[in-house]
Amino acid sequence: MGKIRTPYLLLLPGFGFLFTFFILPIINLAQTSTQTKIAGGDTGQYEQTLHFRNYIDAFVENKEQFGRSFLYATIATVLALAIAYPLAYAIAFKAGKYKNLLLVLVVAPFFTSFLLRTIAWKQILGEEGFVVPTLRSLGIISQSTTLTSTSFAVVMGMTYNFLPFMTLPLFASIDRIDPRTLEASGDLYANGLTTFRRVTLPLSMPGVVAGTLLTFIPAAGDYVNAAILGNPNTKMLGNVIESRYFKIVDYPTAAALSFTLMAAILILVTLYIRKAGTEELV
Amino acid sequence: MTKASIEARGDLRLTRLTKSYGDFTAVDDLTLTIPKGSFFALLGPSGCGKTTTLRMIAGLEEPTAGSIHLGETDITTTKPYQRPINTVFQNYALFPHLTIFENIAFGLRRRGQKDVKEAVDKVLNLVELPHLAERKPTQLSGGQQQRIALARAIVNRPALLLLDEPLGALDLKLRRQMQIELKWIQKEVGLTFVHVTHDQEEAMTMADTIAVMNEGQIEQMGSPADLYDNPETAYVANFLGQSNLIKGTISGNDGDSLIVDLYGQKIALPKNRSHAIDNSTYAGIRPEKFRISLLETPVHGNVLTGGRIEDVSYIGVSTQYQVEMPWGQELMVFEQNDDGVAPFNKGDAVNISWAPTFTFALRGDEDVTAGSEVQPEDIDEE
Repeated sequence: MGKIRTPYLLLLPGFGFLFTFFILPIINLAQTSTQTKIAGGDTGQYEQTLHFRNYIDAFVENKEQFGRSFLYATIATVLALAIAYPLAYAIAFKAGKYKNLLLVLVVAPFFTSFLLRTIAWKQILGEEGFVVPTLRSLGIISQSTTLTSTSFAVVMGMTYNFLPFMTLPLFASIDRIDPRTLEASGDLYANGLTTFRRVTLPLSMPGVVAGTLLTFIPAAGDYVNAAILGNPNTKMLGNVIESRYFKIVDYPTAAALSFTLMAAILILVTLYIRKAGTEELV
Repeated sequence: MTKASIEARGDLRLTRLTKSYGDFTAVDDLTLTIPKGSFFALLGPSGCGKTTTLRMIAGLEEPTAGSIHLGETDITTTKPYQRPINTVFQNYALFPHLTIFENIAFGLRRRGQKDVKEAVDKVLNLVELPHLAERKPTQLSGGQQQRIALARAIVNRPALLLLDEPLGALDLKLRRQMQIELKWIQKEVGLTFVHVTHDQEEAMTMADTIAVMNEGQIEQMGSPADLYDNPETAYVANFLGQSNLIKGTISGNDGDSLIVDLYGQKIALPKNRSHAIDNSTYAGIRPEKFRISLLETPVHGNVLTGGRIEDVSYIGVSTQYQVEMPWGQELMVFEQNDDGVAPFNKGDAVNISWAPTFTFALRGDEDVTAGSEVQPEDIDEE
């Protein structure tokens, strides 16, 4: 009978960890989300009153940031997909002996701090960087336009930071495609574009789904990019939650917003997987 | 879009076709005509250039030099999807995300055919798998996938069907069955088949014409019987079946025959089977053409005396003997087991005889081992 118990014993540390650091905090967060201020109490003192209106109030008050979070995350995901797909395709099919080197280069930015890399974008897009003067001299942006502290900078930062999460699953998926199926498609009268649409893309859909989820989910909850590269008008929901917790010490609103964000992401992701799943993933 | 190329029909002509990869020449100045409607085999060991030739015909490789014509149309630089040519790939290369029906309909849909059902059903019936239309390729056995790959190609009625080691992944029994079926289907649909294989038996079973390739060039081309009975080089003699090659000197003429001296014993062979360029030659005889007889038995035709049986292996339909000749060479002899027992024993002193018409003569400067060390089992990539 010991043999049957072994797998459960092996699962125990994982369950223990998840319970302590995920389940318990979630329960705690849920409890906090329906609390209200103790009458006459100090800042940060709350009591449980099952005040579910917190959710509605928090949402109504911050619906602009909600919309922005999903808008920015969507744009960043689409941009990352547009950049990562050709990159992953080239690494999988055209890189030859440089395949592994290029994969290391994709992951290489992780060796530097996430914060540092985001701050670096401030300089890249700053007045002294090469981007702004170049764009100005080309007449793409006017002389007075700046790029730092803009929504553009926030989306760029997010796209950049999540690019490896998009590239790696895409690569894994494209790399598994038998190049002979692409030859067979050409042999069966499909030109390059049709081959991509009918064979390459459908066969790489598992990577597209995984990559977009790995980018969209953290991007929707991100606050570092908006905090460092944005301005007060580019605040995302993550920034609101952060300031409610640490600055305003309004725990119930922050908790309610966290849950609302989580639910929204879950619904969107479920719909997305349903839709992508009809494409008959291999 | 060259509409003309996709409509092209006729004989396939390769003219001085060459493909080099750096210093390595995979296909070397190859000129060849494959008549419309024939079953043509490119036969050779791995690395002989046969797959590269096939890929150039399909448009998957660009020739370094030379041209490819289909009828009167030059298709040398035509894109694969604009050629009226379809391929059955070695590993089938079915689309894993599509059903069998959609796999087969792929080519028809790409050419804008709206109603594909009738054509697909017809070809599914031809390969006897109509019940698998809604399955995915991974749910099929190797033999079934092979048939679907064939169906996916012939449904388009191409001017030319290319088969790249199509039976390589099947087990022996299934392979033999598919050989017969492929031949039947080719007759049924009347398309030109170009078949690449390393398996000489497969090529001989199916093809009307075989081109034996060696180091990027065609060593010899002809019907299976031609190649087997009258090989022009030691390479062909050894690669297609087995041969006994005996060193000799042409010593005279006798009407349509040449007289050849083999270590002091004179034999005759037809002049039109001699490929020697001077007096020095190798006489070639297939092992099953030999007859063994005890010394006192009278024999006709060509005779070599002084043999001694060195080894006897009984293998059912025949018995294989190794006979050592006075000059030290061991000859291989296959005798049919007509009466069910091996009548000769190890150590017997025997004569070997055969009909002169079964003899061929090669050049005297040939490497008699050419083509014999080739391991036909080592397939896959060129």
